Amino acid sequence: MKILVCITHVPDTTSKIQFTSDNTKFDTTGVQYIIGPYDDYALARAVELRDQTSGKLTVLNVGEAETEPTLRKALAIGADEAIRVNAAPQDSMYVAKQIAHYAKEGAYDLILMGRESIDFNGGMVHGMVGELLGIPSFSPVMKLDIDGGKAKMAREIEGGKELLEADLPLVAGCQEPIAEWKIPNMRGIMSARTKPLNVVEAIAQETQVEAVKYELPPAKGAVKLVDKDNVSELVNLLKNEAKVL
Amino acid sequence: MSILVYIEHAEGKVKKTSLEAVSFAHALAAQTGEGDVVAVALGTIAEEELAAVGSAGASKVMHAADSKLDEGVIQAHASALAQAYKQVGAKTLVLAKSSLGDAVAARLAVKVGAGLASNVVELPKTDSGYTVKRSIYTGKAFAFSTITTDDKILAIKKNAIDLKTDGEAAQVEQFEAALSESDFASIITSTERATGDVLLPEADIVVSGGRGLKGPENWGMVEDMAKILGAATACSKPVSDLEWRPHHEHVGQTGIKVAPSLYIAIGISGAIQHLAGVNSSKCIVVINKDPDAPFFKAADYGIVGDAFEVVPKLNEALKAEL
Repeated sequence: MKILVCITHVPDTTSKIQFTSDNTKFDTTGVQYIIGPYDDYALARAVELRDQTSGKLTVLNVGEAETEPTLRKALAIGADEAIRVNAAPQDSMYVAKQIAHYAKEGAYDLILMGRESIDFNGGMVHGMVGELLGIPSFSPVMKLDIDGGKAKMAREIEGGKELLEADLPLVAGCQEPIAEWKIPNMRGIMSARTKPLNVVEAIAQETQVEAVKYELPPAKGAVKLVDKDNVSELVNLLKNEAKVL
Repeated sequence: MSILVYIEHAEGKVKKTSLEAVSFAHALAAQTGEGDVVAVALGTIAEEELAAVGSAGASKVMHAADSKLDEGVIQAHASALAQAYKQVGAKTLVLAKSSLGDAVAARLAVKVGAGLASNVVELPKTDSGYTVKRSIYTGKAFAFSTITTDDKILAIKKNAIDLKTDGEAAQVEQFEAALSESDFASIITSTERATGDVLLPEADIVVSGGRGLKGPENWGMVEDMAKILGAATACSKPVSDLEWRPHHEHVGQTGIKVAPSLYIAIGISGAIQHLAGVNSSKCIVVINKDPDAPFFKAADYGIVGDAFEVVPKLNEALKAEL
């Protein structure tokens, strides 16, 4: 089975989010970058499925040269080869078109990615890739098993889940608990150095949605503490001050 | 020209988030002079539910009552929606950001060549260009994004806009979507829904428990509080990882993101990944015995104390007052 996993290169979940002084760019000072947490789930499940079927697992990122350490980490986790589409990601459609353009030659049985990136939280790329390739797309997928040419999935819905079946090929946006995150071991780290990481040029595609300015939410005021022996005061505050009861 | 709105429903009941999308579209139409608001409802939905869509600001509902559309088969919904979009001649589609909404909107954006902005939190600025304010970095920041395409899709973040309730009854029109077998190529074999009265993603009040509650057997007092308040229950990631509570209650960066009026966190220290899932809440209450728990920095109100002592007392006080 041929599997393509698309990963994002995003600030660590503990990063302090800040912007340059004119609020037009993300301030990367002191920020560690990681594989998107949802993409990590997709990658972990893809490694398991590749191992079960003796298939091939390719990992792809649309990004400039600084994303290569993130791709190397994916190789260390278990991907067989990596592709970097050489472009700064512009918007969801831009990224989806790059992925679909690359994927249509590869005849992948499965294209997996996270349900959303943790920077722009759009959650749209998997559906766009599915539509561009004319194959089904599902998200957020929390369980994925392959039986012959058929996928059995569980997709989260608001307040529950639905169980689905679909023929391959398909695109899935993944989330926990699809698999346990995998941590690269020393052997994986060493072998990642010699696995192929190929750079392909991006196709021309205009930006449709362009972030022009950023803003942080207003700073939070200090907490108002209520004595543990006077809980009625909290009820009073919620009712009459915050007006949320 | 009309603004089209995609209506989601659960077992025939229109979701509040979809009514918010209708309210958003109504305000947008008034701002841009784009005409009326037409809602598209797919599957079996009761007449009175469609009337509520009118109260929220739609003048017309295109209703495809095909029971095959009851479940959210993504490709089928996207195809039906694309047909409605073209039939109406809309240039803008508004919908609620949700697991189905995201999946459908993404395919639709390709079908109609629309620029798609998600997590929109307020009406766009349209005086020069078309700029939307979006919540990004899991609620830790906002981006102002310009959409450059003629066709636009806006996915609205929940609880970002006040619900309009004084609209007139909507005219309901039957809508026949031409759907092929390939639109139903995936089969939904079963659906499991939470048994609680209030669905977490739509809840106005959320009561959430963490590892400080020590075990699933202690969740009774959390459920009692949720019952008194008409709230949904939730939990932190360690709690769902330990399987004390189901995954669909996990709130946080990689779980459900909630934006209720009131979020009550009991025995949750407030890791940054948890805060990312709740920081859009209007009011946060934290109950924790550790005065240095980071959650207190994000809270509006707090009680430093043992949950096993505080929560039963608070439940009694809430019962007496409400």
